[in-house]
Amino acid sequence: MTDSDIKFKIIIDGIQLEVDPGTTILNAARLIGGEAVPPAMCYYSSLDGSGGKCRTCLVEVVKGSEKDPRPMPKLVASCMTLVADGMEVNNKISEKVLEARAGVVEFLLINHPLDCPICDQAGECDLQNLAYAHGKSNTRYDFERRTFDKIDIGEYIKLHMTRCILCYRCVYVANQLTDKREHGILMRGDATEIGTFIEKNLKNDFIGNVIDVCPVGALTDKTFRFKSRVWYTKPMDAHRNCSCCKGKAVVWMIGDEIARVTARKDQYGEVKEFICNECRFEKKDKFDWTIEGPRNIDRSSVISANHYLEDAPKHTILLNKA
Amino acid sequence: MDRKLLLEHVLVEGINGIDGYQKKGGYRALEKALNSMSPNEIVEEVKKSGLRGRGGAGFPTGMKWSFIAKPEGVPRHFLCNADESEPGTFKDRYLMEKIPHLLIEGMILSSYALGCNLSYIYVRGEYMYIIQILEKAIAEAYHKGYLGKNILGSGYDLELAVTCGAGAYICGEETAMIESLEGNRGNPRIKPPFPAVKGLWGRPTVVNNVETIAAIVPIVNEGGDAYAKIGIGKSTGTKLISACGNINKPGVYEISLGISVEEFLYGDDYCGGIKNGKQLKACVPGGSSVPILPHHLVCKTANGDQRLMSYESLSDGGFITGSMLGSGGFIVYDENQCIVKNTWNFTRFYHHESCGQCSPCREGTGWMEKIFHRLEHGHGKIEDIDLLWDIQRKIDGNTICPLGEAAAWPVASAIRHFREEFEWHVKEPALCLVKNYGLVGINIPVLNNA
Repeated sequence: MTDSDIKFKIIIDGIQLEVDPGTTILNAARLIGGEAVPPAMCYYSSLDGSGGKCRTCLVEVVKGSEKDPRPMPKLVASCMTLVADGMEVNNKISEKVLEARAGVVEFLLINHPLDCPICDQAGECDLQNLAYAHGKSNTRYDFERRTFDKIDIGEYIKLHMTRCILCYRCVYVANQLTDKREHGILMRGDATEIGTFIEKNLKNDFIGNVIDVCPVGALTDKTFRFKSRVWYTKPMDAHRNCSCCKGKAVVWMIGDEIARVTARKDQYGEVKEFICNECRFEKKDKFDWTIEGPRNIDRSSVISANHYLEDAPKHTILLNKA
Repeated sequence: MDRKLLLEHVLVEGINGIDGYQKKGGYRALEKALNSMSPNEIVEEVKKSGLRGRGGAGFPTGMKWSFIAKPEGVPRHFLCNADESEPGTFKDRYLMEKIPHLLIEGMILSSYALGCNLSYIYVRGEYMYIIQILEKAIAEAYHKGYLGKNILGSGYDLELAVTCGAGAYICGEETAMIESLEGNRGNPRIKPPFPAVKGLWGRPTVVNNVETIAAIVPIVNEGGDAYAKIGIGKSTGTKLISACGNINKPGVYEISLGISVEEFLYGDDYCGGIKNGKQLKACVPGGSSVPILPHHLVCKTANGDQRLMSYESLSDGGFITGSMLGSGGFIVYDENQCIVKNTWNFTRFYHHESCGQCSPCREGTGWMEKIFHRLEHGHGKIEDIDLLWDIQRKIDGNTICPLGEAAAWPVASAIRHFREEFEWHVKEPALCLVKNYGLVGINIPVLNNA
């Protein structure tokens, strides 16, 4: 028997499964799927170094391993903690976890502007889903919320720092996907902001992907802003020949027109194949793309509530074609 | 009067220079170690001494050293944490300012014991003049051949450098310090992996506090067993305590662990009692992060035993009726001090110093500060007290690094012991602006075993 054959037996929320050594608790839970999966706001499986920051994926390890069955003293971030043989993890069935998670949701929301009605991310926002699942309907925070000045970071992307939950994903994308990172984390504590320090355009072939990885509406597509709500658009799988990326994308259509282009996200909202700026921002003509067919959005999202497979409702919104 | 190991010669003229230091037996431990001891023997002596980390957590140093991974062909690093920023703690500054060569000798000994050839002293940015003192001392040590290639003909090489922080409390957390040293933003890393396995530039690294490193010198000089004889139980050796607040003689004292808190607080050799003949209200025995003790729990534990200056005795009773030795920042409050204002001040500090990486600490500290501001200025609501309790509970234990806990504990203990004072701030909004609550009505918790 070689090392690669060794499997660790673990139990998550009472469900037993076998996983490879070196798997994180979160990824093991994703193998089960459904309710057992802790939510994740900052972890992004394809980005090195992401995770551990938002603390929404906290779980309780009630049994460390077969060798050392002691429970872990604190809740641990499931996205960063590796499984051990015989580990028992409580996620949804642990009161402690649900309480801590509700606490984290409250912390994330106290300084969030809650401007969902005018936010382009609404409908596909991870924070919205998280708050719906774990948050409370009212707030105990009665102070003025933190706001930031809007910073101009170029012709394609809008940075709306007030909405940011500081997951650092966009920084990792710029670090790992583009030639040179031009934005970063400035300041400290709750004054922390994403920015370029001296205002500058983010120009890079792949920088548009920061929009896709952003879990909230802090980074939005300027070519799509305020054009439509996402649930009024029809997501279609499409591809094109691109010299820069693989050209596999989702085009979001209103009638016969392409309102926006995004990369393909899996059920956890993660992009596996990033697309280039040209595909994302400049190919807004139907004839640029080979449309494969409707995309099934299988996340708990209002997008899938809209029966886009049938005749989509007619819109009166006019698209400004660039 | 106690035996002094670190500050014995601190008042001698010229002790801050290498000649003065050598006249008082300086660098004798280094010569002894390099000539007659193997690195492992030093580690064994440190283990025998029972020395515990003086930076706050009190983790046994020998054990920490033995955790360092030793993969073939990978350099290891030893770092000195001189980013002393805890409110109430100023012992490292005193040590580095007065007797810098003690730290440098300790650095060389520790680096030798751990097999490191490149070591750093990370000094907080506000200690600019200390950096100059240390750099001068390091230059002298290089000149005398205690640093550099082939130290004292032993074949051991060590390069030692001082680096400067940019004024962030969080960089006193060891992984944040390593990030900062690497030139990155000082955000704590997620552990595991621990620095002993993957630290500076991914190499095995040990980080120790200034005082811990200085204590290596007497341990090597006199042996671990002799060091372990000082102190009480698992709290061995001497400890620098920086006493401040409403006392007659604030300053840095070197005590043998195990003297009573009463003696330290009222004894003429130490703090000399409360200033202006006032009464004691409360005491924070280990720097701002540790729980505050109300007056009836300072000198006696909840069981009625005498409370001692030791790791065990100060934490007797857990967080319900105890506290921690922490980093030794002994802050004393007399009857005129306002606990709400004091806790607000602490919270303001943690809000300002939170790195902002993980959400409970980033948002929670700011929220607590705003509530405290409101309570202190007479706009508080009675629900605010329970809200504070709930916020601190949701920060505690849910953050990446201990700063979250450091922010939560003072709030929790202040509410636990001084709830009536908080309520008074809400009920008497006009009065609390002009008058302090004083000593009345401090909660005395009911104990199961009492």
